[in-house]
Amino acid sequence: MIKAKRKPLDEIFNMVKDYSRILCVGCGACTSVCLAGGQRETEILTQELSECFSQKGQRVEFSVFVTERQCNAEYLADIEDMVKEHDCIISTACGVGVQYLAEKYESKPVFPALNTMFIGLDRDIAFFEERCRTCGNCKLGYTGGICPVTCCAKSLLNGPCSGTNADGSCEVSRDVPCAWNKIYERLKAQNRLENILPIQPPMDWIDKGPASFIQSGYEKRYRK
Amino acid sequence: MKADSNLEKVLNEGHFAVTVELGPPRGTDISVIEKKAGFLRGMADAVNITDCQTAVVRMSSIATAAILARMGIEPVMQMTCRDRNRIAMQSDIMGASALGIKNMLSISGDHQSFGSQKNAKKVFDLDSIQLIGMVKRLRDEKKMLGDGDLIQGDVPMFIGAAANPFAPPEEFRALHLKKKIDAGADFIQTQGIFNIEKFREWMETVRDMGLDKRCSILAGLIPLKSAGMAKYLTDNVPGINIPDSVIKRINGVPKERAAEEGIAIICESIEQLRDIKGIAGVHIMAIEWEHKIAEIAERAKLLPRPLV
Repeated sequence: MIKAKRKPLDEIFNMVKDYSRILCVGCGACTSVCLAGGQRETEILTQELSECFSQKGQRVEFSVFVTERQCNAEYLADIEDMVKEHDCIISTACGVGVQYLAEKYESKPVFPALNTMFIGLDRDIAFFEERCRTCGNCKLGYTGGICPVTCCAKSLLNGPCSGTNADGSCEVSRDVPCAWNKIYERLKAQNRLENILPIQPPMDWIDKGPASFIQSGYEKRYRK
Repeated sequence: MKADSNLEKVLNEGHFAVTVELGPPRGTDISVIEKKAGFLRGMADAVNITDCQTAVVRMSSIATAAILARMGIEPVMQMTCRDRNRIAMQSDIMGASALGIKNMLSISGDHQSFGSQKNAKKVFDLDSIQLIGMVKRLRDEKKMLGDGDLIQGDVPMFIGAAANPFAPPEEFRALHLKKKIDAGADFIQTQGIFNIEKFREWMETVRDMGLDKRCSILAGLIPLKSAGMAKYLTDNVPGINIPDSVIKRINGVPKERAAEEGIAIICESIEQLRDIKGIAGVHIMAIEWEHKIAEIAERAKLLPRPLV
């Protein structure tokens, strides 16, 4: 899922310091799961912001609402009446949720409380690791289920660079394993080394501005 | 002949080739380049020009290489995949060719987090193997990537690649070398070799795969300046494997004599490497020690360089 972490409090406060009726909108999906934007985190944020305002001698009204998902219009409709009563919105969703709120309630200023970090897995409670860069051209089939685009610091597709440390770590950090060392070890164990012997041609990075797609089988629905 | 460069001719005629390295200045002072190049004139068949090594901003390898070419010293322009996408690479390679640069070395490049611009956005649009293939296509088919638009004129470029035999996954490194040769590498420069015995074994694998027949392999060498440098290289530079015997030697002499011992060690290494079948030459990386190259070349009996 998408992993996000909260921005520094003063950065958030600076964005909203001129408003007096603030709606904080959490998200019940990814940012709840990664403990950054659910009910609890959104309420804590409003308490901390209240203190910031108090210190400046300002009184501000806060409301909190956690949508099911901020990346879907149906759930954004739940807060329509609340939006009217506030003069700005803070979102504790990922960057997608922030943008969809801003698109749906065009006249309201919408501010992000989180930095969206990556798509990753839960290594442990509140401990996340990046695993997918959404390159749109998945290579995991020939790399033993280890992503060279995400897990190699140079996104190399044809093997390791010269920077693999003797302990198998990456040149960027002793804490980060060399993805290609791991790919080699895993494929060797599975007797699949031939997978990485052919030359992989230059990648189609599909980097053409904001992308969109219709899931296979649903094309009819959108045909004009 | 693919590029008709001096390096290519030296290798084709079967001479034991010598390349050395020159790091561009952190600024625009051409006299720094001229001074370093002056130390190297006549000492090597070609001079590698590093491309913002360790991700520190320096004068571009293209400009520095062009300055060397103008001085009548043949450059090997290094090009990393870190800073340029395929558009800039093809454009720069054609530009380099037009400026008279006939050799290049394709490398990934040190990660940006090492250098002076830690927050830079990395590129790595292509990897070093894809870059080799792209240059070969420009040279042999006169085609650009993508739809294969034809270019006007020639891109005579002798294509080099790097190899690091002793970095993990060690067993894959010879296969990786093969991929680079399959992609179109004409010559290889290796990481600094200190463990000659281990390298001899690796070369056996390389010969068994027939790779030495398909390209020219230059063994990399780094002269040790001090015991501290030996320790630094061992601890920090991947693939550097310095045997205890070498460490003992450099530790065993007084500090002021360490550099001399380092030169003695590299000269002996060159002597031993000459005898390894499949080694076509040496690549001496004397980091900020260009002024010592003459002494090394003389004592290692690498002079005079052949006129081809």
